[in-house]
Amino acid sequence: MEGQLIDLTLIWALIIAFGVFMYVLMDGFDLGVGILFPFAPNEEARDIMMNTVAPVWDGNETWLVLGGAGLLGAFPLVYSIVLPAVYLPILIMLAGLIFRGVAFEFRFKAKDSKWLWDVSFTVGSVVATFAQGLVLGSFIQGFDVDGTRFVGGAFDWATPFAIMTGFGLMAGYALIGGCWIIMKTEGEVRDWAYRVAPVLLILVLLFISLVSLWTPLMREAIAERWFSTPNLYYFLPVPVVTGLITLLMIKALRDRTDYLPFLCSLGLFLLCYSGLAISLWPNVIQPDISLWDAAASPGSQLFLLLGVLFIIPLILMYTAWTYWVFRGKVTRDSVGYH
Amino acid sequence: MEFDPLLLSRIQFAFVVSFHIIFPAFTIGLAAFIAVLEGLWFRTGNPVYLQLSKMWIKVFAVSFGMGVVSGIVMSFQFGTNWSELSYASANFLGPVLSYEVVTAFFLEATFLGVLLFGRDKVPQGMHLFAAIMVAVGTFISSFWILSANSWMQTPAGIEIINGRVEVVSWLEAIFNPSFPYRFAHMVLAAFLTTGFFVIAVSAWYLLINKSREYAKVMFSMTLWLVTIMAPLQLFVGDLHGLDTLEHQPAKVAAMEGNWETQSRVPLLLFAIPDQEAEMNHFEVGIPGLASLILKHDLDGVVPGLKEWAPEDRPHVATVFWSFRVMVGIGMLMILVAALSLLLRYRGTLFVNRGFLRLCTCMMPLPFIAVLAGWITTEMGRQPWVLYEIMRTEDAVTPSLTGGVALTSLIVFVVVYALIFIAGGYYISRILKAGPEQETTPEDDAVTRHMRRPARPMSAADG
Ligand code: HDD
Ligand code: HEM
Ligand code: HEM
Repeated sequence: MEGQLIDLTLIWALIIAFGVFMYVLMDGFDLGVGILFPFAPNEEARDIMMNTVAPVWDGNETWLVLGGAGLLGAFPLVYSIVLPAVYLPILIMLAGLIFRGVAFEFRFKAKDSKWLWDVSFTVGSVVATFAQGLVLGSFIQGFDVDGTRFVGGAFDWATPFAIMTGFGLMAGYALIGGCWIIMKTEGEVRDWAYRVAPVLLILVLLFISLVSLWTPLMREAIAERWFSTPNLYYFLPVPVVTGLITLLMIKALRDRTDYLPFLCSLGLFLLCYSGLAISLWPNVIQPDISLWDAAASPGSQLFLLLGVLFIIPLILMYTAWTYWVFRGKVTRDSVGYH
Repeated sequence: MEFDPLLLSRIQFAFVVSFHIIFPAFTIGLAAFIAVLEGLWFRTGNPVYLQLSKMWIKVFAVSFGMGVVSGIVMSFQFGTNWSELSYASANFLGPVLSYEVVTAFFLEATFLGVLLFGRDKVPQGMHLFAAIMVAVGTFISSFWILSANSWMQTPAGIEIINGRVEVVSWLEAIFNPSFPYRFAHMVLAAFLTTGFFVIAVSAWYLLINKSREYAKVMFSMTLWLVTIMAPLQLFVGDLHGLDTLEHQPAKVAAMEGNWETQSRVPLLLFAIPDQEAEMNHFEVGIPGLASLILKHDLDGVVPGLKEWAPEDRPHVATVFWSFRVMVGIGMLMILVAALSLLLRYRGTLFVNRGFLRLCTCMMPLPFIAVLAGWITTEMGRQPWVLYEIMRTEDAVTPSLTGGVALTSLIVFVVVYALIFIAGGYYISRILKAGPEQETTPEDDAVTRHMRRPARPMSAADG
């Protein structure tokens, strides 16, 4: 976009990246709580776990809606190529999100059928997470595109790599979910979460290593990006900091500093995310559609930007306020409005 | 077997959006009702309002939850099933839908948490504020989504460059010709839906002699509301129709079942439109009335369907009948409102059992009117998805196969049927328990200690 003072497309790429990241963190921990649900020590623990996320899950999931709408607004080509390409994973994700979304309300209203909504919450969370992992995996792999259309088949996403990222994301969400439970609860539930978190951390590190090896092998350009000099030196901090955060997290889990594991798990996600960005930049559709090819017209990007720049800080403010309202440990006595 | 992805996508879209709209139609009004109840409780300190609010908040939570999950489906469906439409219209629809998310959905979702769970955690004024924010959020959401939909009906403020929409005037595009009418009409429809739902519940309480004090308060409040809104809806609907005559005359011709361009068009009360034969069977009508309504002149000439090539006409029978269902229900609402005035005057509003029975039976009708209204609007604009710019058949995702589309349709039907049954059941349980099941503030602290803390049971369990 020559002749323009500011690069709107770049700003939008950052905004969308921020939105997706917020989604991954925030819905990440409540999906993670759902994944860990069946392993909880007892029904009372499940009630408490549910209550730690019940007041905030809807706001968390709204970041997903923003991701969808924001893509349509700023990078319509991505929206109209990726969604058809991952039609079935999206369908599975939506079905999962429906079952777990209604479980929040239904579960507390049910008597005999409460177990049903426990199952619905867990299966919904697992399925939605796995499907998001599939989407992520196939996004990294790229799509079969002709001009502005997806021309591949309905099952192109079903590759070993995408299935691996599906499981990887499950481990990741479960880790932040577990750390969230550590932070928000006490007593028996917290003890249990302290026991599962190390296992999850090992799993996550395993998946991180797997992805870090597999992606450069998959595409030459990515290997080039990371392992040629001087890039190697610029990007070296990513793995190094990952290692440091892991050590910090192990220590925090051992010392039982309740809030620290959660922060570390967010840090790990941020690093994975930046690693991914380094690998894929500047393409939004692999292998060769760049951000700038996919952008909406500048007028539309600008119109949306003006509002969003004011509103997103506002959203962050009142979101922070609700987290503050519901701060502190959730115990069996804080039963909410039900 | 070969399935048509276009037809299946249309069925799926119609099914999913119809399911979705049931909940907004109800929650937009209910959010406002709850905010009013909370406001009255704040001002008067009368616990009746608090109890009522607590009961309706539970109903709200269940319906809002279903509204949210079905809404999320909608925002992905544009891309999965209508990728050509998404790509072509993204420069307008993208920003508008994004504004809906940032100005409305975040507001609703975030303050919903405080509304549901924060009563003991924030000062009462803050809780009221949260209730108001949720209600405001539902309006802002309606504003944007109806702007988007209206723009697809009556596109304005744009140019088409290389097959894609480029916006030249945001004001003209957002406030496109049909938007003010559709917005007013839909918001009124939402208020009427909630109003009649609350009326039906309170009439039922009065009939079975349950929670009389509470029921009277709700019954009277909401009857006043619909007494104003039902006639207003007729007025706005009429304006809406006149606007449509100007911008989408083929739709109005289908609504009236009018094949010939003529003057003295009758207002048909009954007819069986025949798409093939280009005529109606068994017409019963009032001569000249349609011309009078649409042109304010008995001799007014109104364009007929034959002005358009057969492939450019909507399916007449559907539009014709769904329109009549909506208007018929609207008239019935006005009748109920008028009766309520009469009974108020006679002082028998709370005891006239015939009237109470009528009110109870009204419960499903506003939902049917809303769906019928949308079917009129959406079927009436066919075959266009962007009116006179893009046809529906060109909007569908090219890579979509029939088998995949059928799979997703079946999944949505099954999933929605399950959650609809469960949600309806839980709502009916809350309503059966009634407002007196709610604890008052004084014994709140007591019961909280007595309740076995391990089981955060709802009052509905009791
Ligand atoms: C922002 C856009 C938008 C909005 C707010 C709505 N619709 Fe719509 N509708 C469409 C955008 C659309 C569409 C994408 O343009 C469809 C899909 C296929 C088509 O022809 O138009 C459509 C089709 C469509 C059909 C099928 C018509 C056919 O294919 O023959 C029905 C019955 C409805 N809609 C009903 C509704 C209801 C009940 C709505 C209330 C929420 C609604 N629409 C809101
Ligand atoms: C095709 C069009 C539509 C799309 C894509 C759509 C999208 C959505 C989405 C994504 C949500 C969930 C938001 C959240 O996470 O909180 C939602 C909820 C909502 N929508 Fe829609 N919607 C459509 C039609 C409508 C219409 C026509 C109205 C009203 C006039 C409406 C009013 C609402 C309201 C009030 C909510 C809040 C939740 C609730 O339903 O109770 N929507 N919609
Ligand atoms: C009382 C007389 C009524 C009249 C004359 C009337 C008129 C109309 C017209 C002409 C349309 C089609 C607009 C278009 O797409 O061009 C419409 C749509 C609609 N109507 Fe009505 N209506 C009436 C009552 C009602 C009632 C009682 C409800 C619901 C409670 C309702 C809900 C709707 C809805 C949801 C739509 C679709 C959205 C829209 O286009 O506004 N209407 N109405």
